[in-house]
Amino acid sequence: MSKSIAREFAKGLWSEIPPFRLVLGLCPVLAVTMSVENGIGMGLATTFVLVGSNFLVSLLRNVIPPKIRIACFIIIIATFVTMVEFIMQAYVYPLYLKLGIFIPLIVVNCVVLGRAEAFACKNPILPSLADGLGMGLGFTLSLSLIGAFREVLGNGTFLGLQVFGDAFVPFGVMVKAPGAFVTLGLLLAFMNLVPVKK
Amino acid sequence: MKNIIQMVVVLTVLSGSSAGILAGIRVVTMEKIEYQQLKFQKEPAVRKIMEGSGMDPMAGRFKIDYQGRKLTIFPGEIDGEPMAAFETFGKGYSGDVGVMVGLSLSSGRIIGMGVTTHSETPGIGSKVKDSPTFVDQFKGEPVESGFKVRNDGGGVDAISGATITSRAVCVAVDEAGKVYGELKEQLLPTKIAAKDGSHE
Repeated sequence: MSKSIAREFAKGLWSEIPPFRLVLGLCPVLAVTMSVENGIGMGLATTFVLVGSNFLVSLLRNVIPPKIRIACFIIIIATFVTMVEFIMQAYVYPLYLKLGIFIPLIVVNCVVLGRAEAFACKNPILPSLADGLGMGLGFTLSLSLIGAFREVLGNGTFLGLQVFGDAFVPFGVMVKAPGAFVTLGLLLAFMNLVPVKK
Repeated sequence: MKNIIQMVVVLTVLSGSSAGILAGIRVVTMEKIEYQQLKFQKEPAVRKIMEGSGMDPMAGRFKIDYQGRKLTIFPGEIDGEPMAAFETFGKGYSGDVGVMVGLSLSSGRIIGMGVTTHSETPGIGSKVKDSPTFVDQFKGEPVESGFKVRNDGGGVDAISGATITSRAVCVAVDEAGKVYGELKEQLLPTKIAAKDGSHE
């Protein structure tokens, strides 16, 4: 049992890491990864929602009638997202301002609904929690990685600290939308080079 | 039949408890959020409007009652002329658009304004905050003149692609005009009023 829980957790970090392997939830992946800080913030907010919704969906999986399960999932997810919104506004307001509209948009992030539908509504609570946490952290990792690439190349900084000397001229395009596609494409290509053992 | 009842009950209970939990969290975080908005949204806007003010608008802020809610007034003064800034709202494309309007209390003209909180579309409606040319149109106009965007037959140039957001700003400024019209006396900070009663 404990072995399978560890496996559910680990699959989110590598073999099913959301943006790279599942290629899900690309909207925030492309839109907010201008910097590492944004990536981490967005990733952790999504992790909180994922863990919370996986837990509740799994807890209520025998109560929710199958016909209206999507509506129920969305209510649960939206509740957690609104919670995150309040908490971020109260404690990390500058980050909330940067992420702005993309926080409420976590509601429609496919990763969250996808895990509720594909995993949590069919599995007991503990594996669901592990799955949510693993997927969330994998998502955070991916966003931070893309954020790191774009921030270092596009702005010459990492978490706001100067990386290169004054001689470095940043590639401004990397922090704009095309940079997001280029970075994601290259990382996807790289991930495809590494086969996943089934 | 049994199915339908089950569905209705589950959805109702779920929505109800969700609303309850969120209301609870809102109450707990409200004070903190208000403080954060004051610090990160209102203060920069007020400071910009009140540049060169003889008194500190943040330190002198006070609350008045307006239509059953508290309105925070940020008082200021340039060359002895009393000013006040306060925040009003208009319905935007998604949620309220907050506008900090700064007025000269002797002439009733707008001396400066800035958008504070909003959740408009990034790159379109959000220009209302990022580009100064839009809000600069209001500068120097009497606040009670009734603002409308050109589409509605008024004189305000809307931001292209963001007419609803631009309209929201007009509504917010009109609201500020109403506050000025109704509560002119209360906007005057007591300190200035005591020092120089000739203004009203």
